[in-house]
Parts: sequence; C-alpha cells; structure tokens
Amino acid sequence: MTAASDLDGFRSEVSEWVQSNFPSALKGFDLGADSPSDKGVSGEFRAWRQALADKGWGTPTWPKEYGGAGRSDPEAKVIRQEIAKAGAFNPIPPMTGMGVTMVGPTILEYGTDEQKAKHLPGIASGEVRWCLGLSEPNAGSDLASLSTKAVDEGDAFILNGQKIWTSGAHISQWCGAVVRTDPKAKKRDGISFVMLPMDQKGVETRLIKLISGASPFCETFFNEARADKSDLLGDLNDGWSVVKRLLQHERQSQTSAPAAVKIDQEPLQEQAKRYVGTLEDGTLADPDLRLRVVENLMDAEAHKLTVSRITAEAKGQVKVSAAASILKNSMTRVAQTKAELTLEMMGNQGIGWEGEQFSEEELRSVRDWLMGKAMSIYGGSAEIQNNIISKNILGLPETTQQG
Amino acid sequence: MAALTEEQTLIKDQATSWASAEAPVSKFRAMRNEGTDIGFAKPTWSAMVEMGWTGILVPEEYGGSDLGYLTFGLVLEELGKQLAASPLFASAYVGATALLLAGTEAQKSSHLPRIVDGTEIVTLAVDEGPRHAPARTALEAKSEGGKHVLTGSKTLVLEGMSATHFLVVVRSTGKVGEAQGLSLFIVPADAMGLSRRAMKTMDSRGYAELNFDGVEVSDADLMGPAGQAGEVLDEILDRARAGIGAEMLGVGSQAFAMTLDYLKTRKQFGAVIGSFQALGHRAAELFAAMELARSCGEAALQEIDAQSNSVAKACSLSKAKVGDFLHTMSNQLIQIHGGIGMTDEFDAGLYLKRARVLATLYGNQSYHRDRYARLLGF
Repeated sequence: MTAASDLDGFRSEVSEWVQSNFPSALKGFDLGADSPSDKGVSGEFRAWRQALADKGWGTPTWPKEYGGAGRSDPEAKVIRQEIAKAGAFNPIPPMTGMGVTMVGPTILEYGTDEQKAKHLPGIASGEVRWCLGLSEPNAGSDLASLSTKAVDEGDAFILNGQKIWTSGAHISQWCGAVVRTDPKAKKRDGISFVMLPMDQKGVETRLIKLISGASPFCETFFNEARADKSDLLGDLNDGWSVVKRLLQHERQSQTSAPAAVKIDQEPLQEQAKRYVGTLEDGTLADPDLRLRVVENLMDAEAHKLTVSRITAEAKGQVKVSAAASILKNSMTRVAQTKAELTLEMMGNQGIGWEGEQFSEEELRSVRDWLMGKAMSIYGGSAEIQNNIISKNILGLPETTQQG
Repeated sequence: MAALTEEQTLIKDQATSWASAEAPVSKFRAMRNEGTDIGFAKPTWSAMVEMGWTGILVPEEYGGSDLGYLTFGLVLEELGKQLAASPLFASAYVGATALLLAGTEAQKSSHLPRIVDGTEIVTLAVDEGPRHAPARTALEAKSEGGKHVLTGSKTLVLEGMSATHFLVVVRSTGKVGEAQGLSLFIVPADAMGLSRRAMKTMDSRGYAELNFDGVEVSDADLMGPAGQAGEVLDEILDRARAGIGAEMLGVGSQAFAMTLDYLKTRKQFGAVIGSFQALGHRAAELFAAMELARSCGEAALQEIDAQSNSVAKACSLSKAKVGDFLHTMSNQLIQIHGGIGMTDEFDAGLYLKRARVLATLYGNQSYHRDRYARLLGF
C-alpha cells in the first residue's frame, strides 16, 4: 500500500513538472518518421529536450551518474504516462537512433566503467545518435556468417567490409558494429563488438530507397576505418553474446512500446464505418470486412493482454516468461493486418501515391502499409522467431534439414 | 499464468495433483466405455465436493469459501487437462452464479448450501435450437394470478440427467427473436409435466433434452421480476463463457503438451520429427496461439472478479480466442500424431471431441466475434 501511495505522490510531482516545463508551442508536434536532431528543430524543442535530460527522465531507469534518474520500472511508467497525458512527448529515444533502446542497455550490461562514463551521458541527453552495423549483404538471417574484418593494430582495430540496413547511419555520430576478429574460429566464436565514431575518413554511407519511397536505412562501408581498443564492448571474440543481448533489447523495444501507438488515433472500427458505412442495425455495410476487422481488434487486445500478463508475472521473478518469445510475431501480425485492412476499407482512396486527390491520412496509410512489410523481416524475421521459439522455448532439436 | 495469490496457488496445485492421480483421462475413458446417462462417475464427484470446490463461488454465509472466478477457473483448467467429468461446472459454477446474481434471498438460502454439499445439482437450461441464441427463446410461460404454466422444450442442458433443479429461461412476453420479455424460473426436476431424455453427444457427458408439457410453477419459483431476465441472463452467460474458456485452456494446453512430447520422441527418416523445420514452426505457431489465448482466458476471469464494466467484452474475447486456439490445436493434435491419432485407443480423439462440444456451448467463435463487434458499436 505504501508503494502505491508513494507512486501517487511521484505521479503528481511528474505531472506538475511536465505542465510547467513542456512548451505549449510543441503540442501536437509529430515526432513521426522524421529523425529530429538539435540542428533541425526549434529553440523550444531543444529547451524541452534539455529540461528532460537534466531530470534524467529521457532514460529514467538508467543510473543517475550516467544521465538517468535511477528510477524503478513503475516510476518510469508513471513518467511515460504523465508525459503522454499532457500531450507532450519524450524526444530523447528517437533522437539517439538505436542509443536509448539498444546500445545503452547493452553498454550498461557489458560496458566497463570508462565506457559507461564515455558513452551513456550523450545518449541519455539525446545529443548523440547511434546506428548499428549488424547485417551484411551476405549475412542477414544468418548474421553469424558476417565477414567484415577487424584487424588488431595495437591500440585500435582496423575495419574493412560492408554493412547494410544501418538505420540512420548517415546522421549518426557513433556506430556499434559486429566484426570478425578471428577468421579461423568457428563462425560464432570469432566475432567481436566494437564502437566507432562515424565522422572519420574510413566510413562512408549511402542511402537505400525503399518500396515506400522512404530511405531510413543505409549501406555503410568500412575502408580502413578505426575503432579504438578501449571501445571494444565485452570480451574479444565474445561479440556473439553481446549481439544476442542487443537483439533481445531490440525485440523488447519493438513489442512493448505502447508509447509508439498514438493515443488519439481513431479506432479501426470507426475508420471502417467512415469509409464503408453501416446497415440499419448499425453493423458495418461490408460484413466480410467487418469480421476481419473484429478479428484484428481481438488479436490486438490479446496481444495487449499478453504484454500485461508478462509484466504481472515478472513481478518479483528474475526469469522472463516464456510467453515473451511470441510477442514480436504477434505484434507484427496485428500491425500488418491492420495496415492491410486500412487500405482495403479506403478502397479507391487507399491506392494513392501522391497528389491532392488523396488525403494526408490516405497517403500516409499507403506508405505505412509498405513500410510495415519490414516488420516481419528486421530484428530476426518471423521465421527466425519461430526457430527461436521451437528450439529455445519448446526444446525441439536443431533442425536436421538445412533451411 | 496470471500472478496468483498463495491460496490460489494451493488450490491449483491441489487440483493438478488430484486430477492426475484420482481423475486421469483413463477414468474418463472407463466411464465412457461403461456408458452412463449421467456422464460422470459418482465417486469422482463426491471427492470434488469433499475438497470444497463446490463452494468456491459461494459466500461464507451460504457455506462456501467465496474465492472467486479466477480460482474456480484454475480448477476447471486442471480438470480440463484430464477431461475429468462431473457436474462441478454446471452446478457449482453456472448454477451458483445464476442464484447469486438473480436469486431471491429465500432461493439462495435454500439452494446454495445444497449446491455446496452436493445434495442438489442445479443447472441452467437456455438453448432450444441448433444455435445458441437466448433471444430466440420460445418456451412459453402463461401467467395468471401468481401461477405460471410452462410449455416448450430445451436442448443441450448440461448435466441434465443428474440435475435436481433446472434454472429455465422462458418467454413471458414479446416475440421469438426479441431480447426483452424473458424470465428465469427455478424448476425441480421431478415437477409434474416435465420430462427429460438423455442426449448422446460425442464427448460422452450427461446432456439432456427437456420437455415442458404445462409445467406449473409459482411466483416463489421466479428469479427476479417476470419478463426482465434478459440483462441478468447475459451476466450469467458471460460468467459461464469465461468458465468454459478456462476448461478450454486446460484441454488445449494438454493437447499441446501431448503433441510436443510426440514431436520429441517420434522418429521418421532417421530423426525425431520435431527436428523438421515445418513441424518446429507449426509448434511455435501453436505455442503463440496458446499464450495469446491464455491471456484472454485469464483476463476474463479477472475482469469478473474485479466487477469491471467490460466483463461482456472480455468474456466474448475469451470464448472466441481460446475457442480458435483449441479448434486449431485439437486438429493438429490428430494431424501431428498421424495414424495413431485416428485410433480410438489413443486419447487424442477424446480431446478433439470435447473441444468441439466446448466450442458450441454458450456461443461458438463466430457468435462471439459478432457480439464483440456489436459491443464495440459496429
């Protein structure tokens, strides 16, 4: 009971602080798909980012000494809720690329004190953007077959090779990359995780244009690029365990981020009624579409309930619930199906590419639908997720057929 | 699994070990092979009464322990894993719920203690046609001066052959198809003009068809005001649906466990078949469906316990999502076991048959998808 009333006290503290610090000019600002940085935004935006950073509330669960606020998960949730309630937003995670969601938590776990002090404060304040060099043209789902080489040259590693799907590489200041440090070892044993600055002669990036027309990803070329030895994360040749942890953080950020869902978004069934109309009894005029919409809404609810069940189960337990393994595929299915249904209900208005015959909502739905196809590919494809579930969770043997 | 209290954990563990030791599926099979009208073994039922499970929903003043719906759901799930047959659900869950929500004080103090001690089996009689559709109730009550004469029929009444009392949904006013005008009566099984006939269903449980040929009841047998039972009936049915959801979780998770075990032991082409990626992925998909279904099933019971205002939505979600999972799971139970799954000697068929009956009780998946959409206003 004490804990709950403490939390209530903290809630009103947060609420008051947000009310008095969030600039009203920023209300309704769309963080969206843009990747804001301090350069491209208003003074109010910068001030709000800095105010949050000063409180440590951009990354509330991180230790104070590294720019966080040393808060518990329930307190962090309160901060998220109160920020959303005030119509405000936390710009720090998107401003850091992969920094807050993946790199930071992994440094917290694997980093030395020096590495934490060097890298975490810049992420916690939203000032340093990070990208990740994981996939390569010939190492996608089979990531461990990567071939970017890192050669020991005394106080640094010299990198040669190519990475692909490096989100935001062209605007990032730092990169975490998996590289091959021992070409003779078995493929998972000769890999290390290094961190290197992007602003150097040996690093080049090229944007990749996607089917949605957007270019959020790059190809990144390392040509005699340099990573300081002091920026080796984890042990030499033990990069595979760092990557596995990193990918767990990625899956977590992809599946348990209700903040990504806009609170004032029109429910799917209302959108359907608007485009399709209703029959006399109030049901949707297209009964086939109606059933598929309700199934999607039920699946969304089942997913949401599963996230809360896992949270409830996790209380006081160290072991992560086995159910957590299904979240990425479940989230993906719900989102992709919803995007398909949205276009379908829009009909002739759901096929526009650009131009004033189509509303902004309609054009965005098309782009989102296309972009959403990536969800079942990145962060371990749907098939890789099922491999993980069948082997790690269900204990089925390694596959005997090469797949 | 939801986060449980110490008491809930105790009861769940008790149910797990009792069901596997005293009421394993082999007992159900033996009962089926003997063939009975009542569809359960009396010693099994007495043991459940002794363990106090019949009082889980009943307040202490009527002799129960008042532990709530999630707790009862835990027991139903464990019993579902072994297909343990008894009137526990029909009487101590649905019957007790109906009395608690709709009964008069006299009805509650007369029947609840006897439900708890097992001397009465009280069951709800609602369906009349091939589809679950309470608004289509046609069984008619002609009322005059405190007397009511019931004429019509009911079908698929749970534990109808062993019941001592029926809670009967009847039409007092209005036309068939209208949600208004329904009443709820409590009618003893030996009432004049009431006859019952066993229905032989594929799950070998004790269902009955009832015929009301001018059965006379009085105002004292009426539960709540005449012609206004529609709303409370919905509440009763929702709780029943969540209970079925819990049993379905048990049947489905047992079917999953049997299938996973088979995937790890059956060898073909020189390897255990679980090492084939097609089957590994199928198992992963089934596991995902099971976990999502579990969240829905448990949430419905928790919403009931919390007396939230979204019970109806949560219960339709449970019946539909757990129902979908069990449908697929029970089919895959047969498919993955191959030929052995087709034999009567193996248990898979018993689970498949129970699965289909549970799906149809109190509205199948399509009924609840439609209802969920209506509750959301489309």
